[in-house]
Amino acid sequence: MEILGIWIAALLTLALYSFLYKDNPVYKIAEHIFVGISAGYWLARSYRDVVLPNFWNPLLEGNFLLIIPGILGVMMLMRILPKIGWISRWSLSFIIGMTSGLFLITYLQSNAVDQVRATFLPLNSINNVLLIFGVLTGLVYFFFSKEHKGVFGVTAKVGIYFLMVAFGASFGYTVMARISLLIGRMQFLLFEWLPTIPLFRGLGGG
Amino acid sequence: MNLDRRVIFLFIALAVILPLLRPLGLPVLPSKPVQKMYDVIEDLPDGSRVLLSFDYGSSTMPELYPMSLALLHHCFKRNFKVITMALWPEGATFAEQALKEVAEEYGKTYGEDYVHLGFKSGGLVVISAMGENIPETFPQDYQGKMVKEIPVMNGVQNFQDIDLIFDLSAGDPGIPAWVMIAQGRHQKVLGGGCTAVSAPQYFAYLQSGQLVGLLGGMKGAAEYEVLVEKKGTATAGMDAQSMAHSLIILLILLANIAFFSQKMKKEKR
Repeated sequence: MEILGIWIAALLTLALYSFLYKDNPVYKIAEHIFVGISAGYWLARSYRDVVLPNFWNPLLEGNFLLIIPGILGVMMLMRILPKIGWISRWSLSFIIGMTSGLFLITYLQSNAVDQVRATFLPLNSINNVLLIFGVLTGLVYFFFSKEHKGVFGVTAKVGIYFLMVAFGASFGYTVMARISLLIGRMQFLLFEWLPTIPLFRGLGGG
Repeated sequence: MNLDRRVIFLFIALAVILPLLRPLGLPVLPSKPVQKMYDVIEDLPDGSRVLLSFDYGSSTMPELYPMSLALLHHCFKRNFKVITMALWPEGATFAEQALKEVAEEYGKTYGEDYVHLGFKSGGLVVISAMGENIPETFPQDYQGKMVKEIPVMNGVQNFQDIDLIFDLSAGDPGIPAWVMIAQGRHQKVLGGGCTAVSAPQYFAYLQSGQLVGLLGGMKGAAEYEVLVEKKGTATAGMDAQSMAHSLIILLILLANIAFFSQKMKKEKR
């Protein structure tokens, strides 16, 4: 059974990589299988891990307050019926309102205030100087109410260079991530799938 | 000058496959953010409670699964009580698989030394609810047992009963959500492991002290494997990673040389 699973995974991997040569029906089939299985898996997990323990079981035990979120959930599903699809907007507005109320301040605190605080550094090392200089010049670049000319223009230009360095680092990390995924698949094909074929049994010490 | 992109794909494939078959043994040196994470975990007292959230799916498995294993090795080696959970559906399966792979090696028993709470959808809302009451947010574990009856969960009411939280994050919900609620609202010690793509974004949290350590991508996983002396697939992939990067740098240089030489030729004409 395990070998069957390995073979299915290997053939689907090869089917997806066949796109690198050119678009083809085998690739399309694998893509559709992936999307379908992902959606099915997500639905099953949500039912088993969320609907049953957090809604259905407590409801059966007498926690009738849960009927309210239950009704909101059913209202959300009305989207699939075009004529009464507007009902889902009530649930949606509840989610948006609740999320904003619960997390707006926390979001600002974690992603703005704490980050600004982290730039209040003593100018006692090259790293600190670079960080403060980079933040200030970067902010100047995003100030569009004054024409980027003279000293202001030069500062904005320096800000662009800092941004370019950041984009470069980000691109480098993206390359690393994509290569990592390729390595992961190659490790699977070379050391798990190929050794199931008698000719390649020695690969990976297996 | 035109080069069929499939030729580049072929070279990249070779740069990855050959070092996997014939490893070069290039050194893997732990970086500061990874060492910091290791030190924080190492400094926790025996029996500490660690919460690991598996917030990733199969598309990022090569980067985050080795990280999960290395962390579990460290936690079990230090005799911590481990609580796992997932905000991504597939993460729950990876947590179960990783626990099965590592716990036995250290003679750890399910329910006594570790527990897997499973998946819960809702991201920020789930984390927020856990800050108030963990057994109410996760009434049952992954196997359907009542969480209140599991010995390792005795005395665990909310985040205040957890000594360290570590998020294995592939996106949203992930590290930003944990930083906002667990660190921002509850001042918990928080570490993170993420895909290489998102690492530059999360270094800001590290610099500000909101994260105590950060493992970025397969490289971060490899560095942690070296620190816990459990070399796995991440370390094995580092030679291939280095070769592929060298090839890409070479291709960028060649492309630039070709571009500028053509430009100069045109100008001469």
